[in-house]
Amino acid sequence: MADSLDQIFIRAKQWLLSPLVGHAPNWLVQIGSSLLNIIALLGVFLTLFALISVLERKILGRMQNRYGPNRVGPFGLLQPVADGIKMLIKEDIVPVRADKVVHFLAPILIAAAAILALGVIPYGRNMTPFVIDGGILFFFAVGSTNELAVFMAGWGSNNKFSMLGAMRAIAQMISYELPLLITVLPVVMAVGSLNPDKIVFAQKYYYFGFVPHWFVLTPWGATAFILFFVSGLVESNRTPFDVPEGESEIVAGHMTEYSGFKYATFFMAEYLGMFAVSGLAVTLFLGGWRAPLPWLAFIPSYIWFFAKLSILLFVFIWVRGTLPRTRVDQMMNFAWKFMLPMAFTCLISAAVWHYAGRRLSGWLWSFATIAIVYLVLSLFLDTRKKFTPRTYRFAE
Amino acid sequence: MNSVVFAIIAIFTLTFALAAATNPRLMHAALSFAVMFVGVAAFFFLLGAEFVGLVQIFVYVGAVAVLIVFTILLTRRDAEKDRGFNWGGVIVAIAVFAGLVWAILKTQSVSIGPPVIKALTVKQIGEALMTSYVWPLQCVGVLLTAALIGALILVLEDKRE
Amino acid sequence: MTLSIWLIVSVALFCIGLLAALSRRHAIFILIGIEMMLAAANINFIAFWRFAPQPAQPIGVMVAIFSIAIAAAEAAVGLAMVIAVYRHFHTTSVDQLDRLKG
Repeated sequence: MADSLDQIFIRAKQWLLSPLVGHAPNWLVQIGSSLLNIIALLGVFLTLFALISVLERKILGRMQNRYGPNRVGPFGLLQPVADGIKMLIKEDIVPVRADKVVHFLAPILIAAAAILALGVIPYGRNMTPFVIDGGILFFFAVGSTNELAVFMAGWGSNNKFSMLGAMRAIAQMISYELPLLITVLPVVMAVGSLNPDKIVFAQKYYYFGFVPHWFVLTPWGATAFILFFVSGLVESNRTPFDVPEGESEIVAGHMTEYSGFKYATFFMAEYLGMFAVSGLAVTLFLGGWRAPLPWLAFIPSYIWFFAKLSILLFVFIWVRGTLPRTRVDQMMNFAWKFMLPMAFTCLISAAVWHYAGRRLSGWLWSFATIAIVYLVLSLFLDTRKKFTPRTYRFAE
Repeated sequence: MNSVVFAIIAIFTLTFALAAATNPRLMHAALSFAVMFVGVAAFFFLLGAEFVGLVQIFVYVGAVAVLIVFTILLTRRDAEKDRGFNWGGVIVAIAVFAGLVWAILKTQSVSIGPPVIKALTVKQIGEALMTSYVWPLQCVGVLLTAALIGALILVLEDKRE
Repeated sequence: MTLSIWLIVSVALFCIGLLAALSRRHAIFILIGIEMMLAAANINFIAFWRFAPQPAQPIGVMVAIFSIAIAAAEAAVGLAMVIAVYRHFHTTSVDQLDRLKG
């Protein structure tokens, strides 16, 4: 019974494709299977996007001691419908001297990159939409096309503020792409494969019968998870790193000249990017769709995945409600002077953990590696702006 | 089915390559160049070398294309269009194309079909990189560091004291 | 799909790159042409790797990976040079860069 509930979507897909299997050529069945995967993926994640957009406003409101939107449906949960109607009926203004093709394609490219990145994450047992051998590399390759799309948005608007905002956004994204990649490397090294299914498979065991073998419960894994999470915050342009879209900074940065449905596409792409990064964090560090305790494995695998995803999304929203925005130079210093050395330390620490035997001595040595580097960095790294003492020319 | 996909990707790639080579508007040519590399990566996927295709998208579309559009932006004082097109280049390109296609079609040994091979996993590439090709890997690392430092020094403005 | 079809496509991409490198006047587009030629050579390597009897090591794939890395390094240095030349001569048209002393 537990297995049939777990595999219910796989069985549904096979039942839907069964009229085609015997009669149509093989490539048509494969295309049909892929299309069903894509439709399911889009359906689930667009619904989740709508839900998270209203839940975020409600949670932020509660943190700020007020109700969020509560007019439209029961507890305000139909607010996305009202938002969608508003976005669709707004006039679509394109600046006169803007480059029309580039201006039109930029939001589409960002949304396409986010949706493509969602396709390689395992959502349940046997429920990865597209199994690619280098799945993690596919995720990052598609995410790196975000930079070009942001540049297209900034340049296509023919607006100096948009261009400046796009340059800042690209600088931010490029700087944090390195820690994002290097913190994934310890997990890939420990598993020996770039395939997300194999990474979830390697987190199968339980120590002492009840402590799961998730990588977040190792010293290098915990540090790598925190660094990956912060880099994910930056890559999706969320507070405290939302300099590209802060109103007091640069109007709306590269999204200034977009209105109506194109702005909604940018908004959707930001949230889908958040889902993709959270999904990858769950896969790499939190054990994917596996249950935390062996006797809880009767609960279907996709429920565990979405539960863990929801916890991570709540932390995203929580951080947004708590922390103020960083300055651009503070953000860059943080990336290059702190996160990159810590990411390399995680890599070395994972190697130490593996070669000291994956036992208690390995844990202690790897924890010591990370602790020493962190102490050195925190004591000797000083990135405050130094002001020269002020000299007065006339008054003394 | 395979040949239909190959024909579609080939037409896509060559169209955008031609657009990148001949479009007088600089930005559109640079963006067509980025799209062309996605087509080339699709070729690598068709040939069974998926890792190379992904590295191609990562390096070219994610880094080289961004570098090129930034450079266009930074060197844009006069105009947005590239004035002048040298038609002698077209003749040379067509001549080279004709010569090489004639050479390919005359060679008997390249008219072979694809043999059945085992799928190449990333693990095999990693093992090969770390055992047989470790010296080229280190040399490429040194080369990339030298290129990074060299490019930085080239664009550093000398400060007048 | 025979090997000759793949080689013809690779030659077509190479000649379009040659076209870009020979007939454009803006320095950046000459660099774009060179990158296109390198991509065509990579397709060639991978096509020959696919259609040939497999060696012990995946040599074609290795050469293509190193070629991509080296092409990226060369593009970075070439573009830095274009910026430096632009700062000095205030033009990027290679027709006007015909004197050794500035």
